[in-house]
Amino acid sequence: MADVSLVLAWRNLWRHGRRTWLTIGAMIFSNTLLVFSISLQFGSYDMMIDNTLQAYSGHIQLQHARYLDEPKMRYALPDIDASAQTLRKELGLSSISARAVGFALASSHERSYGLQILGVDAEHEPLVSTLPGLVKQGRYLDPAAVEEIVIGSVLARNLKVGPGDELTFLGSGFDDSFAAGVVTVVGVFESGVADLDRSMAQVNLGYFQEIFAMQGHGHSIVIRAAHIDDVDQLMADISTLKPASDKLAIRHWDELQPGLRQAIQADMTSAWFMYLVLIVLVAFSVLNTQLMSVLERTREFGTMMALGLQPSRLARLVMLETALMTSVGLALGITLGCLITWYLSHVGFSYPGMEEMAVKFNLPDRMYPAISPVSLTLGPGIVAIGSLLASIYPATRLYLLLPIEAMRAA
Amino acid sequence: MSAIHCHQLCKTFRQGDEIITGLDHVDISIEEGEFVCLSGPSGSGKTTLLNAIGGLDTPDSGEIRMGDIRIDQLERGPLADMRLHHIGFVFQAYNLIPVLTAQENVEFVMQVQGIPAAERSRKARDILREVGLEGMEDRRPAQLSGGQQQRVAVARAIVSHPDLVLADEPTANLDSVASTHLMGLFSELNENHKITFVIATHDKRVMSYARRLIKMQDGKIISDEAQ
Repeated sequence: MADVSLVLAWRNLWRHGRRTWLTIGAMIFSNTLLVFSISLQFGSYDMMIDNTLQAYSGHIQLQHARYLDEPKMRYALPDIDASAQTLRKELGLSSISARAVGFALASSHERSYGLQILGVDAEHEPLVSTLPGLVKQGRYLDPAAVEEIVIGSVLARNLKVGPGDELTFLGSGFDDSFAAGVVTVVGVFESGVADLDRSMAQVNLGYFQEIFAMQGHGHSIVIRAAHIDDVDQLMADISTLKPASDKLAIRHWDELQPGLRQAIQADMTSAWFMYLVLIVLVAFSVLNTQLMSVLERTREFGTMMALGLQPSRLARLVMLETALMTSVGLALGITLGCLITWYLSHVGFSYPGMEEMAVKFNLPDRMYPAISPVSLTLGPGIVAIGSLLASIYPATRLYLLLPIEAMRAA
Repeated sequence: MSAIHCHQLCKTFRQGDEIITGLDHVDISIEEGEFVCLSGPSGSGKTTLLNAIGGLDTPDSGEIRMGDIRIDQLERGPLADMRLHHIGFVFQAYNLIPVLTAQENVEFVMQVQGIPAAERSRKARDILREVGLEGMEDRRPAQLSGGQQQRVAVARAIVSHPDLVLADEPTANLDSVASTHLMGLFSELNENHKITFVIATHDKRVMSYARRLIKMQDGKIISDEAQ
């Protein structure tokens, strides 16, 4: 026969089956919701990180060691185009593109505005950034062409230009020389990111290097990994090929976009506040069930104490009952949550308006929860701990019982 | 260890503004293997004395010894251990655990005593056969008659061969046939296993089985006679 205490604990649960099922039901509901919500949260963070990094910064950048803190023209890397080409070959990864960055005053026939002008490798830029795919008027840069420019939609509106119009820009070159050029607007992009749409423009890297007297220099080599999980390995591989020095830094996306991690942490904090409310409600449900159960069985506990059982043993019995109830809620909740999440992680889901947003900003049109051991067990684990903690109070009440008084209880 | 000596036991209860005397300077000695009945009207102090001897209630004054041990001075833990290993209880209302079968009810206390599973299973079956419940091991209390439930309670009380069995009105809820069976069983266990029985009752048929009859009234022993 099985352990009598285990049998007793299990059967005690079903003395009031409806009440036990209500409590287990609350656990199943909260565990299912937590598994799904946490998986969705992790999935949306992956998507958020990917989308943000794909827009502009990429997963990794090679820069001059001082460029991140002082983004000045002179902190540049030499032979940037050749270096990017070498990296593509040695890493076997095509999504690597060189960039140079300058600041200029752009003038149309009617107006002048300051802008950030990027020299990009037009052939490889679409592989590291979604910006080329967000050209809403005209086209993106032709890798073979010179004197072409694509600009952000707000900038285009401010300068009152569109595809086919000419822009003149004036800036300061790498050697502090005067940099000036006349370019034709070939495209207008709309990223949805106000800063980019208001102040960014792109020209071909070769043309940029010529106008800004870069002598083959550039400011960053942007690398996009196949998946966010590959970034750390890729960082290690790059470090082997091009060790960091006082002239070269390999920047992780965390350094390039520090606000992104903070935004995720802020979102997690607010989400966990809601989860904790749910967990506390379940804990109170367990507390109520176990307290009722202990009060109803006062006479029985008195008999057990008269037979020689110590309060600690009875308290363990109550904790064992809670543990069994929690295990059922945990197993069923995780299973149900896992099935729902697994299904939605394959077919994805969207909410009203999401598809229009996706088309507009070149984003995925569906969200996909990301199942992981952490997303499956974190929430339910905390529910289980909360439930066990909640049963401590009913269990400790047994220490106050005196056998003779308990046996007289109704 | 089974010899019990109570010396000048006093116990009072408060009921509203009234003080009720439960035990009034009771002196009593019960030797190993005795079969004793405590008799007297309701409120005479039988159950109070039984509870004090069993360590379920503490006297206001006086002392209780079981062998060399002062029961009235034991802390809660050692007192529970004493009850677990040396004293068996049979209650008027059987007090079985309703969700356990007859076999499991008997085994439960043995599990707490730390007896291995195979041994306690065998002992439980043997004792249930001895009390005439063979074939009913898997029934729950609700599936047994009052007499059968009391037999399970007796089996639970004696399965580990305690030195002393305290029974409080064990036949109060039984019909005459079941009462006769139960008392026959007590006599047999007393003779065969040399277990000391102290039974509180006001049932004359039960008293007829006793070899020593102690009469109580108003918390005092008014007579103590061998039969």
